[in-house]
Amino acid sequence: MSRIQDTFARLEKAGGETALVTFVTAGDPGVAHTVPAMHAMVTGGADILELGIPFSDPEAEGPAIQLANERALANGMTLNKVLAMVEEFRTKDSVTPVILMGYLNSVLAMPNFAERAKTAGVDGLIMVNLPPEESVELTADLAARNMDLIFLVSPTTTPDRAEYILSRCSGFVYYVSLKGITGSGNIQADEVAERVAALKAVSPLPVCVGFGIKDARTAAAVGAHADGIVVGSALVKLMGEYAEDVEQCCVKLQAAVKDLKQAVVD
Amino acid sequence: MKDGSNYAQPDDQGHFGIYGGRFVAETLTHALDNLAQLYAEAKSDPEFKRELQADLMHYVGRPTPLYYAERLTAELGGAKIYLKREDLNHTGAHKVCNTIGQALLAKRMGKPRVIAETGAGQHGVASATVAARLGLQCDVYMGAEDVERQSLNVYRMKLLGANVIPVESGSRTLKDAMNEAMRDWVSRIDDTHYIIGTVAGPHPYPMIVRDFAATIGQEARAQILEAEGRLPDTLVACVGGGSNALGLFYAFVDDVDVALVGVEAGGLGLASGAHAAPLNEGQVGVLHGNKTYLMSDADGQIQATHSISAGLDYPGVGPEHAYLKDIGRAVYDSATDEQAMQAFRLLNRCEGILPALESSHALAWAVANAGTMSSEQIVLINLSGRGDKDINTVAKIDGIELT
Repeated sequence: MSRIQDTFARLEKAGGETALVTFVTAGDPGVAHTVPAMHAMVTGGADILELGIPFSDPEAEGPAIQLANERALANGMTLNKVLAMVEEFRTKDSVTPVILMGYLNSVLAMPNFAERAKTAGVDGLIMVNLPPEESVELTADLAARNMDLIFLVSPTTTPDRAEYILSRCSGFVYYVSLKGITGSGNIQADEVAERVAALKAVSPLPVCVGFGIKDARTAAAVGAHADGIVVGSALVKLMGEYAEDVEQCCVKLQAAVKDLKQAVVD
Repeated sequence: MKDGSNYAQPDDQGHFGIYGGRFVAETLTHALDNLAQLYAEAKSDPEFKRELQADLMHYVGRPTPLYYAERLTAELGGAKIYLKREDLNHTGAHKVCNTIGQALLAKRMGKPRVIAETGAGQHGVASATVAARLGLQCDVYMGAEDVERQSLNVYRMKLLGANVIPVESGSRTLKDAMNEAMRDWVSRIDDTHYIIGTVAGPHPYPMIVRDFAATIGQEARAQILEAEGRLPDTLVACVGGGSNALGLFYAFVDDVDVALVGVEAGGLGLASGAHAAPLNEGQVGVLHGNKTYLMSDADGQIQATHSISAGLDYPGVGPEHAYLKDIGRAVYDSATDEQAMQAFRLLNRCEGILPALESSHALAWAVANAGTMSSEQIVLINLSGRGDKDINTVAKIDGIELT
């Protein structure tokens, strides 16, 4: 069993609790923030952590995460350093799944990425601009090391294609709740519920929903219909306000995550 | 393999060898599938073909002339130089051939809004132009730095009724404009068609843009056969994304005795690192929906590029060029800012033609190489656009303040 599978099994046992997946960009707003922030989120109740790999051209991101990418790169972040952060996190937390999220060019540029990610303690990968058709090699590299390649399904994905994506996906599937970029728009909970149900009808994979979950209210509304929810931009924005104070940043972040978790558990 | 015959690229998934493909956020996949299907239908529809041909003739002013540059030939003292006069297109560059075609596709899809990215502003102007003509709403994304250095084209787009949106993120140039256009498209996929301006982006764009631009080479091939009774020895075109180059090359790919030369922006020199020449100095990677050669660092970050010409200032290149390079069918050279400027001045003075700074890179190749060729040989250069838009840039170099 992978850490991701363990996590969903644990939540299932706890009465079908909704997973809280939280996203922050590695190295933002400061390099020193990231590892303490990861622990703070876990303490606050995050079940799975997503760590953004900073990239110069984050095509699918809204303004909040674009800025986070720019700040992280200005701080000298590289994929090597992201992996070092995961490794450091793992010295104190061997349970919480860590998923790297980013753009394919970062991973292509690193020789032996899969092996190095595994060694660092990474559990899965989300590549925003990698559809399953183009991912045969990477899927095999990751699967050989018991790591998951998690694909996205969007509101524009046809039913046939969704089934194909699910057949290629492992860990969980990420349902993008709106047509747009990260952190944008208003989520339609009933539409999301319908699409999540359709995905669950054809695959046993857990479905996590993200893009546009801003606060406890939307977290609760969407969480009621999904196996997990993903919150990113809201947390990234919050962290950006505490660029100078790691400790205070972690306190605020932990509280925000606690509110979100409370909302999905209730 | 140096054999271009039976050339049939891309495959069904948009691959040119290992390049191209479709590397996009999932939300776009359905729209790209629809576009590919609609394009396949339109391509075989005689009515679509007729409408496109009529527009190219009566609105754009095609065919453009193939001009024997006699004085330039004498000046360079070698091969005979012919210029394919794409500067004489309506709006002043070859870009309009593609935007006319894509706007007709948008109309066929019933989409009331088009968006475009632009570097030098030529593609933005060409998009705004066809949008005005068909009554489509048009938003153009343009890097904030390019907005400053191409103010003439910015004003033209506004006169045409388009909304120009300066992009402040990243390096504030063409690549960032493309990122922002993709973000827009993903958010308004239902009512918007994205008119990509070069032979890059996710499948089917590299194929569609190539096919619409291919009229350049089809005309040039017939024209040179009429003028000289034979094919040229060498074709030369500048390469940023590479649409004018592929537009010229495509009709000649099977003519394996015709050398295809693409000229990238050498900026301050390849050794300086300040250039936009991914086919000369880049790595294979993925950006803007396709796999190709990119200017990127060891961490996969896309690097800032430099060129005197905004239209070549792009860190990637169309995937078909990457393929043509790898199979050895085309070669890719570069010209520096300074070489392009010299060629720009030379053409003004000895032929009375004001070339775009982009096209001046192709001319610079001829300036460097035509003299080493015999007078029996023929070099056909794609003069992809006119230089009116570059007057401010050139004047600034000459220390002249235009008011």
